[in-house]
Formats: sequence, structure tokens, C-alpha cells
Amino acid sequence: MRYIPNTEQDTRAMLAAIGAGSVDDLFSDIPESLRLRRPLKIPAAVSEAELVRQLKALAATNADADSWNSFLGAGSYDHFSPAIANHLIQRGEFLTAYTPYQPEVSQGTLQALFEYQTAICQLTGMEVSNASMYEGASATAEAVLMAQRISGRRQIVVARSVHPEYREVARTYAAQLGLTFVEVPFAESGGTETDAVQATLGPDTACVLVQYPNFFGVVEDLAPIAEAAHAVGALFIVCSAEPVALGLLKSPGECGADLVTGEGLPLGGGLQYGGPALGFFATRERFVRHIPGRLVGQTVDRDGRTGYVLTLATREQHIRREKATSNICTSESLIALLATISLVSLGPRGLREMALLNLRKAAFAKQRLGKLPGISVRFSGATFNEFVVRLKKKPNTVLAQLRRKRIVGGVGLERWYPELADCLLCCVTEQKTREQIEALTAALGGAR
Amino acid sequence: MSGPGRTVGIQGLVFDEPPIFERSTPGRVGYSLPACDVPARPPESLVPAHLLRDDIPGLPEVSEVEVVRHYTRLSQWNFGIDLGFYPLGSCTMKYNPRVNEDVARLAGFARAHPYLPDELAQGALQLLWELERFLAEVSGLDRVTLHPSAGAQGELVGMMMIRAYLQSKGNPRRKVIIPESAHGTNPASSALCGYQVVGVKSGPQGVVEPKAVAEAMDPDVAAIMITNPNTLGLFEEHIAEIADIVHEQGGQVYCDGANLNAVMGITRPGDWGVDLMQINLHKTFSQPHGGGGPGAGPVAVRRHLAPFMPVPIVEKGPEGFRLDYDRPKSIGRVRSFAASFGVMVRAYAYIRSLGPDGLKHAAETAVLNANYIMAQLKDAYLLPYDRRCKHECVFSDAKQLPYDVKTLDIAKRLMDYGFHPPTIYFPLIVPGALMIEPTETESKETLDEFIAAMKAIAEEAREQPERVRNAPSKPRIGRMDETRAARQPVLRWKPGT
Repeated sequence: MRYIPNTEQDTRAMLAAIGAGSVDDLFSDIPESLRLRRPLKIPAAVSEAELVRQLKALAATNADADSWNSFLGAGSYDHFSPAIANHLIQRGEFLTAYTPYQPEVSQGTLQALFEYQTAICQLTGMEVSNASMYEGASATAEAVLMAQRISGRRQIVVARSVHPEYREVARTYAAQLGLTFVEVPFAESGGTETDAVQATLGPDTACVLVQYPNFFGVVEDLAPIAEAAHAVGALFIVCSAEPVALGLLKSPGECGADLVTGEGLPLGGGLQYGGPALGFFATRERFVRHIPGRLVGQTVDRDGRTGYVLTLATREQHIRREKATSNICTSESLIALLATISLVSLGPRGLREMALLNLRKAAFAKQRLGKLPGISVRFSGATFNEFVVRLKKKPNTVLAQLRRKRIVGGVGLERWYPELADCLLCCVTEQKTREQIEALTAALGGAR
Repeated sequence: MSGPGRTVGIQGLVFDEPPIFERSTPGRVGYSLPACDVPARPPESLVPAHLLRDDIPGLPEVSEVEVVRHYTRLSQWNFGIDLGFYPLGSCTMKYNPRVNEDVARLAGFARAHPYLPDELAQGALQLLWELERFLAEVSGLDRVTLHPSAGAQGELVGMMMIRAYLQSKGNPRRKVIIPESAHGTNPASSALCGYQVVGVKSGPQGVVEPKAVAEAMDPDVAAIMITNPNTLGLFEEHIAEIADIVHEQGGQVYCDGANLNAVMGITRPGDWGVDLMQINLHKTFSQPHGGGGPGAGPVAVRRHLAPFMPVPIVEKGPEGFRLDYDRPKSIGRVRSFAASFGVMVRAYAYIRSLGPDGLKHAAETAVLNANYIMAQLKDAYLLPYDRRCKHECVFSDAKQLPYDVKTLDIAKRLMDYGFHPPTIYFPLIVPGALMIEPTETESKETLDEFIAAMKAIAEEAREQPERVRNAPSKPRIGRMDETRAARQPVLRWKPGT
């Protein structure tokens, strides 16, 4: 086996040094009744070439975004990623390092994560970011738990326009501690109105959670909601599944957010059938000791040279055990590096330009689709790169018709919103050409 | 060549490199975006002006070549498996096959959207379905949820399932038994589920005694969380009896599977009486650790816990593979979408490359390598538990302390010899622990070089303790002021700092 260097001769020499008669002797501490005395029932080993051949065949059965005209978004966005990002993260020194416990030989990872924390702060308008979480939904759930720890309150207010899966994950986490959830309905704009939020608030409200842009692509007006939450002493959490929008939209920090979380995969990470992803998590300096996860800090070595270490570890599970702020340990460092490389390559102007392309192309598509007979735009609110359309025909029938033209027209909303059973969520990123948008329009015109 | 002479710091030229933000020059461009082929409407006509931002202060403007050089230079300050031996105990730092990186990047996988209708994602679903069967077979359990993004999330999901199962029987119970030698994630995961932690001590042999579990066990105990092989690298030989004791009073047996590498193909947790366990794909199944993730921690369960697994799961039906969301007893969702799919592709590729014989051979060789190191170093370093180990061996600094040389010093000195240090000061039950896990992917020559370095350091501790205390001298940077980092936290770059 090419991954195992030792030969039979090596094995014999090592067994002699150990004083064992055979390799099996090394397992004599395992009671015989517990031994597996047959081979594992998994397929026999394949050669490297055969493995690649088989996996290529398997991969080819998926409708990837290169060979299909896809308008899927809903938390996973197809954005351009510079070629260098994929190359740089495959440098073995980054790829094959562990969590940087030994700073003297991990400065590369540590400085890159320090840069990541900085870039996330700049993007979100916040003061502190951790070094990454698993993905957007569980990062948001951890923010809810953190708000509960800080406030000592037990009611969680969540906008119904937050990604249904983020809401579900927050509930799963919070259910263990018996927290209660109240949902705020969306308005005709598709956004969340401050009055509706206010109606749910009380002295036991720990936090208000809103998505930006929300699940329907609508750009929520955060500032008045922040004010309402703060008025009752609750924390305001803003999650974003599409941080590319922050290249153009006012940062949640500027709008009064106390915690900003979300999915970082759109920052160069691509689709990946959902993962590995990248949860980002940012907050205010005054909450730093409540943060879950790893933090990288700048310091100096014995000779006064600047360097970086994992810090404020007294929050963490390996020190605090059951009193830790979270159980998180391994997170998503490599994807954080990827996102950092993509972000700095774009820079403020590139990110704005990318966001503008999304905004304009989606607006163009929304207008085109909205003009088709039998189709109308469902919400009146301003949208970023996604929008909801209402169809006269059943969405599933329409989607099936589009599929025959190798178009994936979006995602039907019935599975999450019975009240939107006749609706479709369509996403248009900068990766879509006018021609592809027109192909969708033409196909929908025919598919009505 | 052995001794500190085999490293000369980092080969070639090494550069100092400031944070990328200091490389910014207004007007530099590091991107190439398509031209706008739709009407270029002003943003204020599409989004209310008060919701727009003008700038992202601080985000740098750099050219492509500057970005490449910056991160290449940073990478040179890292140690990785690709560079040398990385015997970090409990982390299973085995070689990460590059073909796995290639297959994970095939367009059909990397460019597949998670909300593709099932009929357009049959390849992805088939891979997940097959991987679930492979992991079930290796663990000796019935079903596997692939959702958890890391070992710690796997533990949490495991405890949630236990809680939901016991709740369905009428009482979720209040306590979880955790041996003192456990990873910190075990108590933290239990606490997140609202459980109170009850500790049990290991016996004189370094393993948990059935008697200690029997004394801690009562009808209010939901589960025992036990790591096997444990963090001393020892097989918990009473595991079956312990499982019986816990089951008799209606408790569940959770196995922390972080150390599965030592036993795959040799013995199976399901056959010990374990009800569920997480499997760290970034340890046992070769997913690169990436400087702290991505990993994945699928949880294998016995049949009675399967209804409680997170949604969705992959099922196979007459019309092919599909995601099943209709699971009324499920604990719910713990992540968006269906898995850290790219990690699953790598684990699948690894298992297919090794096959049943290869996996067993890997476990055998990992154990052989650990026992070889143990045998060769037990004269130079105190071995608190002198018995056959599994994937790792744990020494202490007791023999070096009289010379005022501590575990931390030994660890730092190893860097000068060209090795990543072992895990240190863990498990907590061994004061000054040095936890060494070589894995199966190291050759005898590498192990011999490491052994020679460890012996040389033991010698130095006696003869020139200063040298060890002042280590490392070869890396670009010396020991860091961690107190300052914690007392005056600087957690982001700011202009002028």
C-alpha cells in the first residue's frame, strides 16, 4: 500500500525491538470475544487510476453548474473564485497542518487567520471575529446561545424570512436548553417590519434574529429593528447567507448589530453540494469573552518580534470543559484562508463590482420574468441577487419542464412555506450571462 | 542525518511579511470580473440609498502576484505533514493523499448545488449512501448520520440523540458519566445538552474499572461517554462489561471515536456494546486538517437510535437515491444542507483506495509504530503506564524535571530537530504529558530519527538544560508571549499598528 512505507522486514525488526512475536500480539489486550475475525465487508481496494475513473463517472451524473443553466441560490451561491485561491490553499504547509497549537511552527496559519478575522470585521462592520465556525446555520445557532448566556433571558425572536434551515438549526440547539422561539411574519414587501418585531418583544427576549439579505433576497432595513431590540435590552443578531451583498449594502455593524454570523462559502468557496462550508461569527469587543471558538491574537516573541497565537483559551472546552462557551474545536480554517484570499484579491472595489453585477443581473431577470404572462413578482421589497416569483402553474411542473432544457429554474418554496406554495425562489449571480437569463425567460414563457 | 543539524531553519530564503492590509496600494487590482451585459442601473434605483455603503475601509487593494507571494511566504512559516513527522497525539496526523484532493474537485461534485433535485444529484447521493454503509461496517453499528461538521459536533449530535431517545421513553435523565481522561469536548458537548457531568477516575492500569462505573451509575444517568482506545493510547479492556452495567440501568453507551485509527478492521465498537460513536474523518480517514478544519464527525448509531438522526438522510428506493426529510422523531437539523460533502468524497476515496485489507493494515501499522516508539523511549522518559499501547503512547517529563526541564521545553526543542512536537499536557491525568501518535504513514527511518532526537534531548536536559529551556532556535520566531496576547488582546489589524 503506497501510503504505508514499512516493509515486512521493517515490521520484523520493530517487533523484535518491542519484544512481540507478531503484530497480532500487539492486540492481545483486546478480549478475544471482541475481535473481528473476518475481513470488513467493504469493496476491495482499487488502484489510483481506477478510483479516478469510477469517481469521474459518479460525478458526471450530477447536474453541475458548468453544464447546466442553474438559478439555484437559497443559501448556496455560485460566485467567481480566483484560480490562485484554490492553488494557494493546496500548498502542503497550509493543507496538511493541524490547528496551530505550536505557534513557532504555525505562523502561516495564524497570520492568515488573523487576516481573516480582520477582513470579516471590515466586511461586517464589527469589532471582533472568531477564527471560523462550521457553517452559517450552526454559527447562527451559537450566536443565539451566546445571546442567551449574555442576557440570561430565554425567549428568542426570529424573523420568518430567515433561512428555514438556519431557523431549524437554531431550534435544535436551543431546544436542548428549553429556550422558546417566537417567529415574526414577513410583510408584503417580503421584509420584516419593525412593528411586527415590536409586538413580540418583552422583558424575557434574549435576542432578535434577522437575515440580511433575507431568504427571499429582500434587503431588510436593519436599523429600526436594532433600535427596537435594544429598547427592551435584547441583543440584535444579523445573519447573512450571502456576504457578497456586503460589498454594496450597509454593514450590519453600522446598522446596530451586536452579533453578525453567516455563511462564508460564497466568498470563493463555491457550491460543494453544501460543504465543507465556513461559518463566520463577529461581535462587539465588550462580548469578546463570551465568543465561541478559536481566536487568534497578535503578540511578540522573546526577542520582541511580532507574531500570532491562539488566545483567550480560557473560554474553551480544553480548559473550561463543561463550563466552556462552546464545544467547538476543529472548525474551518482552510476555508477561512480561501475566503480571505478571495476577499483580498477582490478588494473593496472588486467586491463592490461583483455585488453590483449580482444586483443588476438579478434586477434584469426579475423584470423579464415579471413581465411574462402567468408570472408575477411576489414581494415588493428591494432585492439583492434573489427574488420570489409566483406562478400560475404548479412550480414543480414548471421546474420539470425547464429541466428538459437543462435549466434548473430555482427552488420551490412549498417545502418551507405552505403559504408560498405557488412560488419559486430564483437566484442570479455574476456567473449568469444575459444569454442564460434570456434562455430562462424564453423557457418559462413556453412553460407557463 | 540526525540531530539538530538536519534542520537549518527553513530551507532557502524566508521572508518577513506584514499583514496583507499593509501591502495595499490604491488602484491595484487583483481580480477579473465579467463586463456588465445587462442595463447598468444605478444601485440607488434598485435599493434605497440609506441601505447602501460607499466603501469597505481597510480591505486592501493588491495585485494577483502580490497575493500569491504573500500567502506563499506565509505558508513557509508553517509545519505540515508534507514537510515532516507530526506526531501530535490524539490527532492522527497521517499522510493526506493528493488524489483525494483531485476527485473532490471534479466539477460534478464541487460545482453541484445542494438544492439540486434528487434526480439531478444521483452521483452525490450514491456516494453518501455508500459511505454511510462503509462507516457502519467499520464501526459495527447500523446507521450513520453524515451531518456533523467535526468531532465535537458529532458528540453534540450524539448526546442530542440520546436525550431524544430517553425522552421518548419518558425521561431524558440528568447526568452523563465521563472518565477523567476524556477530551474537553466531551463535558462541553454534554453541557450543551443540559447534562450534568459525573467524573470517574481511571484505575491503576490506566483504564476505567467496571466497579467505578457501577458506583457512578444510577437511573438518572443518561449515558457514559467513553473514549476507546483512550487518551493514554490504551484499549479499555472492560468496555463490554461497562456497557452491560450502563445498559442494565437503561443508560446509553457513547464512544468517542477519535482514536478509531488504532482498531479499524480489528475490533468494532458495535461489538463492544457501544450504542453510538462519532468518527473523525479528518483523523482516521485522511481528510487534511487544513490548519484547523474542515473536518467531519459522522455519528454511527445502533438501530434504536436511528429514528432520532438529524434530517435529511439518504435513502435508496425504486427510483434511485433520495433525501428523506420525513422523519418525525428526528432531533431536527444541525447544519444547513446534507453534509460537508467534499470531506465525504475524500473519506470515500480513502476507503476505496485501502479496501478491507488496507484499513486493517493501517491500524496494525499505526499500533506497531506507537509500540516501537514506546519501547525505544521508555528508558529515557518516564512511562506512567508501561503496557501495550494502541495508536499512541504517553510519557511524562518526570525524569527531566530535576534538571528544570519541562514538557514544554522538550516540545520546543523537538522543533530544532525538525519535528512537530507531540500533544503536550494532555491527558490531564498524566502531569507533564507527552502524547505521541506516529500513525501508519511513517517509515521506520523516520521513527528512528525521532527516537534519536528524543534521546538526544533527554541527554541535553542533563548536560545542557539551558539549551532545551531556550528552544526553539531554528524557527523564524521564538517562544511567544501568550500572557500578553490574553491580557491585551489584539484580534484584528488596524491601520498604524
